[in-house]
Amino acid sequence: MFAYTLRRLLFAIPTLLVISFIIFALLDLSPGDPTANLPLTIPAEVREQIRVSLGLGEPFHIRYLKWLDQFFVNEPLSLIEDMTGWQFGDGNRLRVISWQTRSPVVDLIRERLPQTLWVVGLAYLVGVLIAVPIGVISAYRQYSWFDQIGTFVSMIGFSVPTFFMGLLLIVIFSVKLQWLPTIYDTNLRVTDLHTFWLQVKQMIMPVTVLALFNASQISRYMRASMLDNLSQDYVRTARAKGLRERSVVLIHVLRNSLIPVVTVIALGVPTIFGGAIITEQIFRVNGLGQLLITGIQGADLPLVQTLTFIFAVLIVLFNLIADVLYGILDPRIRYE
Amino acid sequence: MKLRNVLMGAAASALCASAALAERGSDGQVNILYWQAVSIMTPYLSSGTKDIQAASLVIEPLARYNEKGEIVPYLVDAVPTVENGGVSQDLLTITWKLKDGLLWSDGSPVTADDVVFTWQYCTAPDGGCAQISNFSDVTKVEAVDPQTVKVTFGVAKPFPYGPFVGSNSPILQKKQFADCLGAKAPTCTEANTRPVGTGPFTVTDFKANDVVTLAANPNFRDPAKPAFATLVLKGGGDAASAARSVLETGEFDYAWNTQVEPEILAQMAAAGKGQVLSAFGSLVERLQINQTDPDPALGAERATLAHPHPFLTDPNVVRALSLAIDREVLVETGYGEAGKPTCNIVPAPEMNASTNNDSWCMKQDIEGAKKLLDDAGWTVGSDGVREKDGKKLSVLYQASTNSVRQAAQALIKQWWEEIGVATELRNIDGGVYFGGDPGSPDTIQKFYADIEMFANEFDGTDPEKYLNEWVCGAEPNAANQWQGPNYSRWCNKDFDAAMAELGKTAGAKERAAIIIRANDLIAASPSFIGLVHRGRLSAKSNTLGGIAMNAWDSELWNAADWYREK
Repeated sequence: MFAYTLRRLLFAIPTLLVISFIIFALLDLSPGDPTANLPLTIPAEVREQIRVSLGLGEPFHIRYLKWLDQFFVNEPLSLIEDMTGWQFGDGNRLRVISWQTRSPVVDLIRERLPQTLWVVGLAYLVGVLIAVPIGVISAYRQYSWFDQIGTFVSMIGFSVPTFFMGLLLIVIFSVKLQWLPTIYDTNLRVTDLHTFWLQVKQMIMPVTVLALFNASQISRYMRASMLDNLSQDYVRTARAKGLRERSVVLIHVLRNSLIPVVTVIALGVPTIFGGAIITEQIFRVNGLGQLLITGIQGADLPLVQTLTFIFAVLIVLFNLIADVLYGILDPRIRYE
Repeated sequence: MKLRNVLMGAAASALCASAALAERGSDGQVNILYWQAVSIMTPYLSSGTKDIQAASLVIEPLARYNEKGEIVPYLVDAVPTVENGGVSQDLLTITWKLKDGLLWSDGSPVTADDVVFTWQYCTAPDGGCAQISNFSDVTKVEAVDPQTVKVTFGVAKPFPYGPFVGSNSPILQKKQFADCLGAKAPTCTEANTRPVGTGPFTVTDFKANDVVTLAANPNFRDPAKPAFATLVLKGGGDAASAARSVLETGEFDYAWNTQVEPEILAQMAAAGKGQVLSAFGSLVERLQINQTDPDPALGAERATLAHPHPFLTDPNVVRALSLAIDREVLVETGYGEAGKPTCNIVPAPEMNASTNNDSWCMKQDIEGAKKLLDDAGWTVGSDGVREKDGKKLSVLYQASTNSVRQAAQALIKQWWEEIGVATELRNIDGGVYFGGDPGSPDTIQKFYADIEMFANEFDGTDPEKYLNEWVCGAEPNAANQWQGPNYSRWCNKDFDAAMAELGKTAGAKERAAIIIRANDLIAASPSFIGLVHRGRLSAKSNTLGGIAMNAWDSELWNAADWYREK
């Protein structure tokens, strides 16, 4: 297992290098220009000067190597300096700078992480917590009313796009009933019960929309996995031995069924960081997803390249974690 | 930084606490929504209009345009003119005298050195200053004394109000930006996001592309203003939800640029919580007609002056295309209150706007259009498309990707097909269309189509620089990296003569006469079809007072005068 993990990690390095090159090349070659959003009244020579000042004057391979250096050397050094207070060299190094805000990309990501983790992370957690019981009960009482309704709600949650669901909730709860706010206040600090209640109110709708989407997927996996296991021989043996039904289902069957579901959940974790781009836009949660969209629309290459590459790293990492977890949970699996 | 915040917070709360003092900060918080989030708080490094307007809350120019387009003094006592001696007789210098007792938000005095420094900052090499064209032809800016600044131009400027006037060139504090000249400009993140200014508010917290939190400036020159103690400028989302948050849910007091289909806005406004405001500047949605041939068969010479267009250089053909368009319908379906039909390129301010084109422009005239084409020799073929000498009257019409524009394209295509002109439609992503990339075939400069549609405007109220984009020799071509501003590739000797005259004429009325003449030359030419004079559209809550919607400057230009309606 250890050798396997080590091997996978070593393989990840060339994989990530290739991914970084593809991301950099694709974004660089795409049409679109960071000065396109500036008013048309700004003349062409000025735009050219702005482009040069952004570093667009140099050839492709120089920019790629510079970016690699900034991303793999300068940024981690700055991060370590920030966290520990040590000094490497003179501290004056070239950071990856966003073109829109002219500030380091890492600062932007750090600013956005709390919102994304709170809303999208919570939604994922809630989704999982809802999905598992629903999946278990649907499988146990297959074809009952509960199962049919569960299937129906899953299908809706999976097929109806999040922007429609979000708008529907806004129209009902904010416009008609005026119960909940439509816009997420990033500045809200939870200091007492009142502010905590405000935070809960502004999180309810985005979390509901996302949790529904997540829960639909996971509950189907759970249900399928449970059905597979409920028909196994050992279940019959357990019942014949006289174990309580509850023990049979919740201890023996559930544990075995959770194995594939846990891998699915682990594979879905990177999507938290990608943020739920559309939901964030609708509710103005202004997390990592919205950062990516504004970067793309403004042709802010350093921001988009860095963010996309971070997502790629997370996906590769969580793929590995999911595989290792599978190996740990299921003793039948042996990695060489 | 934190200490300064604490001190400013203490100062602000001390001011609020003493009831005997003026009403600054008495109205609490105001919430503003800019659906394009603010990225940086300086127009000099900005990435869009939203940054320029957000910065206008904190840093101010010497003078500004008010909602009528008049220049009003802000940091000076009076606007210099030739009459009051502020502008020299030979039109080469302009002298600004700062108000007495002006303070920066950190308490230090504003001096002429700060103004001189601002010019050095924007014109520093490698600075990439986005507003450097405001300082074109400026040879020297000097501090005659601590309260007086003299700007010297290299050529006579009948309209010398380019530098330091309007939200595009506010004054920066020399002390704060001293280490930020040239290539170092983008590295001063602290200064770029929390500038020290003379405006009614100061930045207390900045989350890029998200939300800016501001507080009343304790050193603002009017002790009774601003009425609001704090201001939150939130960003993100889209125009429709921004309008909803003001008009239906009441979460925000003001939303910028709520450009949404008119029926949807009307429905939202019916909720009764707010109203929609419009203000008309100089933005004109237009069709530019290619005077050169964009035929792909011409290879590298397509859309260059080497090959004039086979039929769109005929004023009668283009007039027919223009007559077939029903501008009232375009306004009704696309812009509602934020649009007015127009055939002018200079639609405002009123004294510069020509009325000579209204007679034929405002009404659709299909029969008149057909007659013009018949008289020009274009006969209707068997497939309904006109032809002459074996050439078919068919055009490729491109625009940027935008639902209102696509709807307008569909309507125009329908009208043109009624008069026998075959129309092919195309739309291109805005980032590419307006990107100006010399390598891309889809930019407005390359113009590899017969007709292209977009909107353009000019800064401030004087259109001289804008009209000069239409002179002979200003067309985009391979030699200038396809960056010229004369997209239609039009050339007219009378127009060039009028422009030369304008460059030497001072006096508002005299300039207006020449501007109208130049405008009419363009409107009558086959290179331009004006469609809609577009205004800015924003939404405000009924509880917010003091708004004077301004299309000539930042919409937040008079935020110091805003208050909560009781």
